[in-house]
Amino acid sequence: MNTQTASLIEVQSVSKIFGSVIALKDISMKVNAGEVMCLLGDNGAGKSTLIKILSGVHQPSEGRYLFEGKEMHFSSPRDALGMGIATVYQDLAMIPLMGISRNFFLGTEPTKGWGPFRRFDVSHANRVTREELAKMGIQVRETTQPVGTLSGGERQSVAIARAVYFGAKVLILDEPTAALGVKEAGVVLRYIAQARARGLGVVFITHNPHHAYPIGDHFTILNRGSSYGTFAKSEISREELTAMMAGGEALEELSHELAEFAHTDEKARAALEAAAHEFGAAAEQLHVEQLPPAFEEAERRHDELPSVDGDGKR
Amino acid sequence: MSAIATERMVRANPLRRLLIRPETGAVVGSIAVWIFFAIIGVAQNNGFVSSRGTSSWLSVSAELAILAVPVALLMIGGEFDLSVGSMVGASGMIIAILSTQFGLNIWAAIVVALIFAVLVGTLNGYLVMRTRLPSFIVTLGTGYILLGTTTGVTSLVTNGLTVVNGIDQVPGYSSAHAIFATALGGGQQYPIEIVWALALVTLATWLLLGTSFGNWIFGVGGDANAARNTGVPVTRVKILLFIGTALGACLLAIIQDVTFTNADVLRGVGSEFYAIVAAVVGGVLLTGGYGSAIGAMFGALVFGIVEEGIVFAGIDANWYKAFIGLILLLAVLLNSYVRKLALEARR
Repeated sequence: MNTQTASLIEVQSVSKIFGSVIALKDISMKVNAGEVMCLLGDNGAGKSTLIKILSGVHQPSEGRYLFEGKEMHFSSPRDALGMGIATVYQDLAMIPLMGISRNFFLGTEPTKGWGPFRRFDVSHANRVTREELAKMGIQVRETTQPVGTLSGGERQSVAIARAVYFGAKVLILDEPTAALGVKEAGVVLRYIAQARARGLGVVFITHNPHHAYPIGDHFTILNRGSSYGTFAKSEISREELTAMMAGGEALEELSHELAEFAHTDEKARAALEAAAHEFGAAAEQLHVEQLPPAFEEAERRHDELPSVDGDGKR
Repeated sequence: MSAIATERMVRANPLRRLLIRPETGAVVGSIAVWIFFAIIGVAQNNGFVSSRGTSSWLSVSAELAILAVPVALLMIGGEFDLSVGSMVGASGMIIAILSTQFGLNIWAAIVVALIFAVLVGTLNGYLVMRTRLPSFIVTLGTGYILLGTTTGVTSLVTNGLTVVNGIDQVPGYSSAHAIFATALGGGQQYPIEIVWALALVTLATWLLLGTSFGNWIFGVGGDANAARNTGVPVTRVKILLFIGTALGACLLAIIQDVTFTNADVLRGVGSEFYAIVAAVVGGVLLTGGYGSAIGAMFGALVFGIVEEGIVFAGIDANWYKAFIGLILLLAVLLNSYVRKLALEARR
């Protein structure tokens, strides 16, 4: 794991405690330049807390936060942004009724002229916006069209392009593909690849292993505030990732419970059958060749059930 | 260029592009009401289309535009100011009392009124940003405080009067008259306030479209939180916009004081709503983030044309407000449709 050059950002055994709640426990991960680190976890796994630590919103209760090898104590997102750690949140900080280039430069408008005649260099803003979007592979009809007319994926891409243009070294993307359709998500994944190709370190937060696996170089999986560990792509298969994400134990528990019901109730047996069918269908949809152990366990239990006579009694 | 690129390159429909401009409705509206009253004017031969008639509606429109243009900027920035009406009365009275009762040069009195306007605007903005209460309520409160205080103080100083006369007798009046109240054009028909209004619209348009500050106005009105996240100084922008509306009211008060040579505590009462209506008719969204200064000017033109058109046509002036109400409703309907159009996925 140790490399000669320091990682862009690295956290070492960080924990975060809110009152009596341990939101994060002993998390270590790092992001190198030109790499995509996928941060996976179900709802409540602690992804948001970790992002907030990385982006400077929260301070870790324990552990160290290193930026380019030096320990950092950010007191606000502005500090982190100043170091080149840009976070693209789900709400994107974009204003729907404003044009693309006006959004792109909001707060950091390029100006020309002098003194009281200093003015917003609109043509420069339009040109740069067009160029930067083109670098990400997006062609816009007009840079003055309202952001509200763009699709969700395009908006994400504009936000990413903006962060890249304003000198981000690390890009933290909070569930950029969450609300998107398959095609749109693909578009965003391509922009993430573009950002990586330009030498940025990317932290890609998602709960969808099928979005994470094709793009990720490393995967950190969070579960209930602690880490299952960090895996290089070569160390883990898509199926293992999926199984780990789904939380193998949880599914096993579910199948136990369903089996319990099945002993007493014929309806539950039907439900179990339907559930097994659904699992199968879902697995097929997700192109999972090898089912996680939990599925096999559920199927085995199902097969072991005693047969039912006409009255629904055994 | 990939397949997505070609898909994106479809030209926008030019008619649609014109339609989604904020001021289109007010431009069409002002032309329509002008044609309407011009037809009546020609039929009755009532003088509406004459130079005198034109001067009268231009004058009314200009006075409203001086209020409405800064109000439009503030509304684009996402806030309301219901204290501008009282502000007209208050700053007018400051100038009148200081110059006629205390013998100050009128220019000195004007400077005092302008400083007062900056203070009131700052207070409005600070209160709104600090309390996070709707500006509608906060400025309604400060407006009443201003109105009451102006009436009370005027009454104390003048022994019970609400109108202070004699501004034309004070030192510096002739130079002030030349700048704020002189008449221009052939036959000296067109008051200089029209030039003031045009200058203000030009300044506001340049500010809105040509400067970083203008971009921030759209930003804070569209989504204050998002704007803050991208580094826009939201509080500063909004306070400056409140100062702008107070200064607009003060400018109108100066012009009216010098023109009428008197000040009335009730002058401007109710005009805060006319200013908002003019801005909305001009395409400014009530929710902020969208609109233009030129639109507000055309909104004021609609007002001026209707108000004077009704007078010239000999219609009972009481119908004026019914007419304005109808136009307001139509404008709001049009605006919400335009916004929908602007945000619709590309066609």
